[in-house]
Amino acid sequence: MSATTPHPHIDVKEFHPRAHEALHNPQIRQNFRKAMDGLMSKRKAAFEGWDLETLRELGANVRLRALANLPDLLEQLEQKLTENGIKVHWALDGDEACRIVRDICVAREAKSVIKGKSMVSEEMELNHFLEGEGIEALESDLGEYIVQLANETPSHIIMPAIHKNTGEISELMHEKTGTDLSHDVEYLTAAARQQLREKFMNADVGVSGVNFAVAETGTLCLVENEGNGRMTTTVPPCHIAVTGIEKVVPNLADVSALLALLTRSATGQHITTYFNMISSPRKADELDGPEEVHLVLVDNGRSVIYQDDELLDTLRCIRCGACMNHCPVYTRVGGHTYGTTYPGPIGKILMPHLIGLDEGRHLPSASSLCGACGEVCPVKIPIPDLLVRLRRESVDGDKLHPAKVRGHGAKRTPLEAAIWKFWSWMHSRPGIYRTGTRFASRFRKLQPARAGAWTDFRTAPKLAGKTLHQQLRERGK
Amino acid sequence: MSARDIILQRLRNRTGGDLVAPASDFSVLERPDWSTEERIERFEKIIESVHGEVHRCTRDNWIDHVAEVLSARKARNLLIPSQHQIGQDLRAHAERDDLPNLLIYDEPIESWQPALFNDVDAGITSTRGGIAETGSLILWPTADEPRLMSLVPPIHIAVLEASQIYTTLYEALDAQNWKAGMPTNALLISGPSKTADIEQTLAYGVHGPKELIVLIIE
Ligand code: SF4
Repeated sequence: MSATTPHPHIDVKEFHPRAHEALHNPQIRQNFRKAMDGLMSKRKAAFEGWDLETLRELGANVRLRALANLPDLLEQLEQKLTENGIKVHWALDGDEACRIVRDICVAREAKSVIKGKSMVSEEMELNHFLEGEGIEALESDLGEYIVQLANETPSHIIMPAIHKNTGEISELMHEKTGTDLSHDVEYLTAAARQQLREKFMNADVGVSGVNFAVAETGTLCLVENEGNGRMTTTVPPCHIAVTGIEKVVPNLADVSALLALLTRSATGQHITTYFNMISSPRKADELDGPEEVHLVLVDNGRSVIYQDDELLDTLRCIRCGACMNHCPVYTRVGGHTYGTTYPGPIGKILMPHLIGLDEGRHLPSASSLCGACGEVCPVKIPIPDLLVRLRRESVDGDKLHPAKVRGHGAKRTPLEAAIWKFWSWMHSRPGIYRTGTRFASRFRKLQPARAGAWTDFRTAPKLAGKTLHQQLRERGK
Repeated sequence: MSARDIILQRLRNRTGGDLVAPASDFSVLERPDWSTEERIERFEKIIESVHGEVHRCTRDNWIDHVAEVLSARKARNLLIPSQHQIGQDLRAHAERDDLPNLLIYDEPIESWQPALFNDVDAGITSTRGGIAETGSLILWPTADEPRLMSLVPPIHIAVLEASQIYTTLYEALDAQNWKAGMPTNALLISGPSKTADIEQTLAYGVHGPKELIVLIIE
C-alpha cells in the first residue's frame, strides 16, 4: 500500500506550533466558537421527538452489516452499475485514482473540470494533480470555492470555509474575482453564482463525491444544499464520481436510515435541500444529463484498516462532522492545525491509519478524551477507545496489545519509557514502594513546580504530606 | 493482478476473520400514522421553515395560483412539460393575460443551454409525491420534464398531489417500490437552493432556484 502523501503546504508533524499559533489567534477562536455553538444547538433541536439512541443503534448496525459483506457488496455494486451503463474503476491508492480521472479526461480531450464537494478527492489531492497535467479543476461548492481562491485546504469536512468570517471572504473575493468589497452575504453569494454558472456551462467533466452507493439498485447518492452537486453531475457531458470503497450499502432502505442521521448530525437539518440519486448516464430519449458516468472506487489504505476488528469501526464513518463540532480541542484550534485531510476526532483516528503513526503521532494525543465525539457520533464509532489504542501503539503498545498500526512506537522517548519501567518495578515491590513514597512525601518541597508543557495552562499537582498508608494507620484503621 | 482483484482479495482474506453484524431493526423509522391533513400540515410547516412557499389549491384553481405567483414576480416566461397534464392544462390557458410566455424543453440541452441559463425565469414540474416528515418533494425527471428544469431557472414551481404525501422516505421507498428499478436520476428537493458557507449566514439561490413554490392539489 502506498500512503497518502501529506499535503504540499502543510506538515502533519507541525501540530504543536500550529496549535500554539491558533490558540493565540483570537479571530480563529472566535470564528470557530461561534460556528460550533450554533451547530451543536441545531443538532440537538433536529433530533427532538426522535428515539435518538435507537436510531444511532440502527445507523451503527446498518454500517456494520455493509462492512461485514463489503467484498460481495462491492461486486454487486459494480455489476449493477455496469448494467445501468456506469463504468466502474478501482484504485489502490490516491495516485492511481488521480491517474484514472486524468485518463478519462484525456480520452475526452477535456481541458476543464468542475467539482462538487468530495473528501476523497482532497485525500487524493486531485486538484493539484490535474493542474500539473494542464487540466483546470474548479471547486463549485461555495465554501470550497472560497478555500480554493485562498489557496488553502478545507478546515472542516462539512463547512470548508468555516475558519473565515465575512470580512475576510469579501476581501478575498474582491482581490481574486473583482467583486465589490461588501459584507452583504447575498451579494457575495450572487457574485459567486454568476462566476460559477459560466464554468458549469463550459466544463468538459464534472467530478463529484458519493455519500452512499446502493448495491441493490446501482445508485450513487449525493447529499447537498446548494445545487452545485446537481449541476456538476448534470451539466457537463461527462461525470466522474469518486468514493472510498467503504461507502457502499446493501439497500435503499439503509439509505433512509443513514440520511436521517447524517443531515441532522451535520447541520441540524431534517434533510438537505437536495438528495440526488444517480443510476445511469443520459438515456437515448432524455434531453439532459451526462453522456458518460464513471465511478472510481478508491482503497487508499481502507482495506488495511479492514483487517483489524477494532480499527474497522473507523470505516463506519458517514462524514457528518458532528465529532468536530462537539470537540473542545477542534473548537479551539480549528481544522488547519491538524494538517490532515480529515481534522478533528475522526481525523485523529482515521489519519494515523492512512499515513502511519510516524507521520501522525501527535494526532491521537490532541484530545482531552472528554468522550463528546463518541457520544454524538451517529453511527456510534467508539472514538475515545480508538484514541487510547492509538496512543498505546504510538509508544509501541504493551504485552497484552502488541502494536499493529504502521509507524508504531514513533512517540516513544527513552526517558518516558525508563520512568514507566521504574514505576512498574517499584509498584511490584511493597518494601521499596513504601520507602519510596515515604521518601517522596518527606522531600515534597523539592518537587519542581513545572512539568513541561503540561503546566503551561495547569497547576502542577502536589504530593501529599503523608502517604495514604500513613494516614490510614494514624486513623487506626 | 489488477487493483480490483487486490482490493477484493484483501477484503476477502481478512486477518481478523469473518465479520458478523447484528440485524437491523428499522421500526424506529416508522413514524406516527398521520392522516392526510396532518401530513399536509407538517409538510407545509417544514417547507416554510426552510424558506419555501406552499399554496393549497384545487384542480380547478391551481392555474390561478401559478398566474398570481408569477405575475407578482414579474416573470416573463415559464418552462413547462409538453406531455404531462400540467403542461397541457397550462397550454389550454395560454391566452390568459396574467400568465407569462410558455416555453417547452423539447430539444437536447446542448442546443439551447445559454438560453436556459440566462433567459428562463421559472419552471414548473410535476412530482411523484412528497414526504411530510422532512418537507421533501420526490422528483424523477423524465424526457418530458428534464433534470435541469427544476434546477436552473430562478423560480421552481412544483405540483404535488395531496394524496401522494407520505410520512417518511422509508415509507415512500417501500410504497412506490423504488428498488424494482431506479430512473437515471431521482431527487428529493426540500427547499430552495441555499448555502451557509459565509459565516453561517443563510443565502438562497446560490446555484439552483432562489424560490421553491409548492402547489398542493387537494
Ligand atoms: S466519526 Fe462519527 S461523528 Fe465523526 S464524522 Fe464520522 S460519523 Fe460523524
